[in-house]
Amino acid sequence: MAGLGVKICGVEFKNPVIAASGCFGFGQEYAKMYPASVFGGISLKGMTFEERQGNPPPRIAETPSGMLNSVGLQNPGVEAFLKHELPALKGVDTVLIANAAGSTVESYAALVERLSDSDVDMVELNISCPNVKQGGAAFGVTCESAASVVKAVRKVCKKPLIVKLSPNVTDIAAIAQAVEAEGADAVSLINTLLGMRIDIKTRRPVLKNNVGGLSGPAVFPVAVRMVWQVASRVKIPVIGLGGIEKWQDAVEMMMAGASAIQVGAAMFYDPYAPIKIIDGMNQWLDEQGIKDVNEIVGTVQPW
Amino acid sequence: MEPSVFQGSYPVVRKTACAKQIYDFTVHCPDIAQTAQAGQFVHIKAAGFTLRRPISICRIDREKGNIRIVMEVRGDGTAQIAQTPEGGMLDVMGPLGHGFQLLEPTETAIVVGGGIGVPPMLETVSHYGKNAAAILGFRSASAAILEEDFQKAGCQVVLCTDDGTKGKKGFVTQALKESLEQTKPSIIYACGPLPMLKGVAALAKEYGIRCQVSMEERMGCGIGACLVCACKTKRPDGETGYSHVCKNGPVFNAEEVVF
Ligand SMILES: Cc1cc2nc3c(=O)[nH]c(=O)nc-3n(C[C@H](O)[C@H](O)[C@H](O)COP(=O)(O)OP(=O)(O)OC[C@H]3O[C@@H](n4cnc5c(N)ncnc54)[C@H](O)[C@@H]3O)c2cc1C
Ligand SMILES: Cc1cc2nc3c(=O)[nH]c(=O)nc-3n(C[C@H](O)[C@H](O)[C@H](O)COP(=O)(O)O)c2cc1C
Ligand code: FES
Repeated sequence: MAGLGVKICGVEFKNPVIAASGCFGFGQEYAKMYPASVFGGISLKGMTFEERQGNPPPRIAETPSGMLNSVGLQNPGVEAFLKHELPALKGVDTVLIANAAGSTVESYAALVERLSDSDVDMVELNISCPNVKQGGAAFGVTCESAASVVKAVRKVCKKPLIVKLSPNVTDIAAIAQAVEAEGADAVSLINTLLGMRIDIKTRRPVLKNNVGGLSGPAVFPVAVRMVWQVASRVKIPVIGLGGIEKWQDAVEMMMAGASAIQVGAAMFYDPYAPIKIIDGMNQWLDEQGIKDVNEIVGTVQPW
Repeated sequence: MEPSVFQGSYPVVRKTACAKQIYDFTVHCPDIAQTAQAGQFVHIKAAGFTLRRPISICRIDREKGNIRIVMEVRGDGTAQIAQTPEGGMLDVMGPLGHGFQLLEPTETAIVVGGGIGVPPMLETVSHYGKNAAAILGFRSASAAILEEDFQKAGCQVVLCTDDGTKGKKGFVTQALKESLEQTKPSIIYACGPLPMLKGVAALAKEYGIRCQVSMEERMGCGIGACLVCACKTKRPDGETGYSHVCKNGPVFNAEEVVF
């Protein structure tokens, strides 16, 4: 058996497969099928300082090889999370990553400060949610605003800080460099791509929010390209996600430069996908005679 | 924690057409059948589509390890699933959600089903047998399904069609009102189109009878993890917020739902 362990910002993951934020709730739901401890880590549902109701339904639309969502960061707020959700995860053998969002620099900082005193292992700063009117993605689309929020958060964040990047930008690597310069310990990418579907019978958008975030296999090549571009321009670790559904995708993403990967929408149609990815990778590494999964990171040989 | 939700490829042991574009599948899935409850649903993968399709459990046979589902072709996904032949395999995940809360079988119940909302009422009605009445509504005679099954379950059956081609002419809410004038059951259960559920909930409130309704919303995960299947509900503190059909429902107490 090959070594699957990876270390990101000093945090040890027993394998490089992480549940993507918003696709694994607060870690309890899929426990009806298998324990959350199969994952190297889990990125919890995006949260904000105050409770958020989220957007009205429909919040989901099917697309070729993918889906759009417009959940809009529905979450109970940080205090309810710390009181009701986090204790239930105590003792689950996996890295816990809190996904944090806000609408102002101050609200991001207040949230991360609160999370810093909790038992979560890492913070993933969500500056890339396309489904909220204020803040969210707005911070992730220019180098200046991304830098400003990371700067403020860095001052109060005692946990390793991952910054999750938006793909809805011209040069994602420039944003990655900007957040690295302000002290981000790692970056994760990609969040969803902004999209839209219209019901031609009613001439209405399928989503009540009109637009939503595209994810699933359809976005995979975009994600691979962006991970590759970012990995070649920053020194901090890159966590790759977007459309990963099978072990081959995970290997490809790591070859592009990802130190670990996240699985999101694939779980909706193949709930055991993360387990299959871990097993498949392991078997492939053995077949290749590769002793340690870290050896494949960034090994793509571009033409 | 022992697994209580399962996913896999399971054989279709029986398939019949019960009306135009409506198919009745019996699927052999012992693990799912073992824990399934009336009013829960399964999430079915259609080949070539990203999202699973939620379909209610119509009947549970724990001894044989089978569940029955009745599905209408609505769009491309259900059309694809409908292609699965008897002897073929279906990719099913379940059982999911919270089903109907069943009282002692000696209590009395009225189940109200509208159109493709009729199938999930069959398991429920079977629990009460002769102590139940079923009010079933369809567009017209050609769309009527499962009448015999409901009769076999031992309950009294009132059939309504919008156009009067079978049973009483008119909506189920009218028949429900007439029935409530005669006798009051311990509980009312309903599944069907939103206006029907709203009407049933209003009648239940008027007559002071407990009522549970099964709601629909577009779904992703089906297990409570993605939060897309939002349904507006009242919380115990009186505030309204979004609950989730796949996790908190699909069955809700009628007075909780903000229609
Ligand atoms: C809890 C629950 C139980 C259900 N039980 C049954 C049943 O027993 N029998 C039956 O025939 N139908 C049932 N439905 C409705 C069934 O899920 C939809 O008809 C089906 O998803 C339509 O898929 P499609 O690809 O044919 O249609 P399309 O319109 O092409 O589907 C596009 C997308 O919208 C979703 N969608 C469309 N209509 C609905 C709907 N009414 N509810 C939820 N999602 C929808 C689809 O799942 C898909 O993601 C149930 C729905 C829910 C939520
Ligand atoms: C229903 C849904 C909810 C999501 N919620 C969040 C969230 O709260 N925070 C976040 O950073 N990303 C969120 N995402 C984005 C995913 O974490 C991920 O970046 C994206 O879906 C691409 O990966 P995938 O194709 O594997 O799903 C959400 C995605 C989906 C589908
Ligand atoms: S469908 Fe994912 S939470 Fe209901």
